[in-house]
Amino acid sequence: HLCLNQTSVFSLSVYYTHLLWCSSWWGGVQMGPPDPILGVTEAFKKDTNPKKMNLGVGAYRDDQGKPFVLSCVRKAEAIIAAKQLDKEYLPIGGLAEFSKACAQLALGPENEVLKSSRSVTVQTISGTGSLRIGANFLARFHPGPHDVYLPKPSWGNHTPIFRDAGMQLKAYRYYEPSTCGFDFKGALDDISKIPEQSIILLHACAHNPTGVDPRPEQWKEIADIVKKRNLLVFFDMAYQGFASGDIDRDAWAVRHFIENGHNIVLSQSFAKNMGLYGERVGGFTVVCKDAEEAKRVESQLKILIRPIYSNPPVNGARIAATILNTPELRSLWLEEVHGMANRIIKMREQLVAGLKKNGSSHNWQHVIDQIGMFCFTGLKPEQVERLTKEFSVYMTKDGRISMAGVTSGNVGYLADAIHAVTK
Amino acid sequence: LKKQKKNRSAFCLRGSQISITPHNSLSVPQAAPVAVFKLTQDFNNDQFPNKVNLGVGAYRTDEGQPWVLPVVKKVEKIIVHDDRLNHEYLPILGLPEFRSSASKIVLGDNSPAILENRVGAVQCLGGTGALKIGAEFLRRFYNGSNNTKTPIYVSAPTWENHNAVFSSAGFEDVRPYRYWDAEKRGLDLAGFLGDLESCPEHSVFVLHACAHNPTGTDPTQEQWKQIAEVMMRRKLFAFFDSAYQGFASGSLEKDAWAVRYFVSSGFEMFCAQSFSKNFGLYNERVGNLTVVARDADNLKRVLSQMEKVVRITWSNPPSQGARIVTITLTSPELFSEWQENVKTMANRVLLMRSQLKAKLQALGTPGTWDHITDQIGMFSFTGLNPKQVEYLVKEKHIYLMASGRINMCGLTTKNIDYVAESIHEAVTKVQ
Repeated sequence: HLCLNQTSVFSLSVYYTHLLWCSSWWGGVQMGPPDPILGVTEAFKKDTNPKKMNLGVGAYRDDQGKPFVLSCVRKAEAIIAAKQLDKEYLPIGGLAEFSKACAQLALGPENEVLKSSRSVTVQTISGTGSLRIGANFLARFHPGPHDVYLPKPSWGNHTPIFRDAGMQLKAYRYYEPSTCGFDFKGALDDISKIPEQSIILLHACAHNPTGVDPRPEQWKEIADIVKKRNLLVFFDMAYQGFASGDIDRDAWAVRHFIENGHNIVLSQSFAKNMGLYGERVGGFTVVCKDAEEAKRVESQLKILIRPIYSNPPVNGARIAATILNTPELRSLWLEEVHGMANRIIKMREQLVAGLKKNGSSHNWQHVIDQIGMFCFTGLKPEQVERLTKEFSVYMTKDGRISMAGVTSGNVGYLADAIHAVTK
Repeated sequence: LKKQKKNRSAFCLRGSQISITPHNSLSVPQAAPVAVFKLTQDFNNDQFPNKVNLGVGAYRTDEGQPWVLPVVKKVEKIIVHDDRLNHEYLPILGLPEFRSSASKIVLGDNSPAILENRVGAVQCLGGTGALKIGAEFLRRFYNGSNNTKTPIYVSAPTWENHNAVFSSAGFEDVRPYRYWDAEKRGLDLAGFLGDLESCPEHSVFVLHACAHNPTGTDPTQEQWKQIAEVMMRRKLFAFFDSAYQGFASGSLEKDAWAVRYFVSSGFEMFCAQSFSKNFGLYNERVGNLTVVARDADNLKRVLSQMEKVVRITWSNPPSQGARIVTITLTSPELFSEWQENVKTMANRVLLMRSQLKAKLQALGTPGTWDHITDQIGMFSFTGLNPKQVEYLVKEKHIYLMASGRINMCGLTTKNIDYVAESIHEAVTKVQ
């Protein structure tokens, strides 16, 4: 009884103190704004129209509109399961055979950078994690201005990532609304004025959100002017293989810049090209002047990683490494990536064909010229709103659609809907 | 902590020495390796046949091998054969069933706070990730504006990464609270309570829920009550780090007692949970930041802001580990099996503790060795001094942290005699 009383007294005294002070620590915390893209999916889910289409989703869908698990992934999983591996912590920098294969995929296995060991690649939490580590690294070590120049427009999450790391955001012209194409002149003009040693972020291929990529000759000129301005190049490559269907073609710009003498930093994601979205597989690479510098950089990347998540998750990296390092699986993967890219290209062609058939007077060539998962339709906000309200076609307000959400079953409906709001 | 402080200021000094050079010649100094991983590296490179690794904190079987829990193997087979599962993105805050079942594990199924809808969670990358998201949120929203000077108190000593998590989140003042009494080899309660009484109001205290790392010394229930009383009265923020629930005593409820007591006392608090040790899922990075708020409305706003933090850190968490934990926790059979697996681990550690103490006492090793069995969880603060530690590492090829911390899991029935004898030597030969 005595013990019980003592317990009661103690917890009562604490409880009464708490009653006297009943406000929350969080009274001043505002509701965070809804994520613009998630908001699209939420609204889509609530819609009861059987013909509804979700073109906001940034994940590949097959021709039945279903998520697609690559066969090479399933096969790799079976191989891994049979090995009965333990679950010991990975090193801070991740699975070595993954990091190595990741770098080789981007740079090409014969690249001089890899042969002289003058780069470091760490496994990261997909593309976002890679960009974040990169931003943190630059914030701490970049000797030049801490200004990151993004193309106008860029992926919505680039800005908050760099800003939170302490960098300033600036922009260079990129997308030309009047042509729905690349504003090459504007880009060169702006880039030529960027203060020396600033940081320029380039989408390696399949620009998000516009789908507009420079042509090789244009990349060459960009590389020249970037060199003249002595800028640090930060490549974001989230769609290697997924853009053209050819992994070497999609990495052409990255490799050209390196050949051209730029010591780039590079973020890679395997979310889309291996369909490993939820496994969070990515890499961050720093190309250095020599192997000794690469070792120092590696040691500092680890210092940045450790207080965020200690070491990365193994599952996706093992799958990716198994695929990249097993010849039959690698071949299968290349075929499947080619298949995904081809389906997207076909949907682009069918959409334009459908619009022409409907008698649309507009020029829809950009739908075919743009590349990768996304298409900047050129639709205005009012037209986008009509598409959603009248046709249950969901996309982001900027007129961006994910071609991955288009199937042979619904491309006709989409063509009808777009024609209806644009004629 | 002194070492950490040194590293930090050395880093800052180097930072100010960086000169403007072309970007293709980075002024990046070589960073010191993380001590615990360097220890394992040295161990791996050692050719001595009877070497023993008492360093890094991962469970080992009596054969000295890593152990994938049988229930985990079972669940992984279920996952691999389930054709309905794909690799799509999880929501930003993680797998909903994972978050709720993980919070239930630490707070109890019938926690009043859960029933009152004021408990939420964020799936994170391990315990580290949960601490990180919590720290980033606090830096943005706790204690008014200009709050980076809010003191963050971590125990002296503590897990070496606590310091870095909070300082890298932007807190400028990470300080120790008295905890380990080296003289009596136990909890310095007076010192702990003294720091609680004298610290600035609204300070944040990082509390080890059970199986304190590295000392293995936990407050008793009575002591926790005293701690809670002061914290509530002085308006201090409780941030629990729960990395060993179940692993410490073998009982989930017992190991969660402190956390649950604080909740029932009315604290708004965070609890960073790790499933690395109690599920053996180290490399899958499974963690959960449990948030207990005053009410559902406050909770909603907090989670919405945590979502923003997650989005610019890793966007959304990895699915594999969360799936394994969720399937296990939500199936009565698998849940029981898991509890048995956890008991297996806890019991082996308890056995090694009692055997080590018995052997040291039998050898007549100077000093008292009760702390070996009084302490709980994976680690034991032996009380060996740095010279004695060096002796063990260099002369006996027994690898342990300079602090004298040993991982009990590194002990096996095959090496315990060698370790006991070596400790005896170290204590008698080296002062």
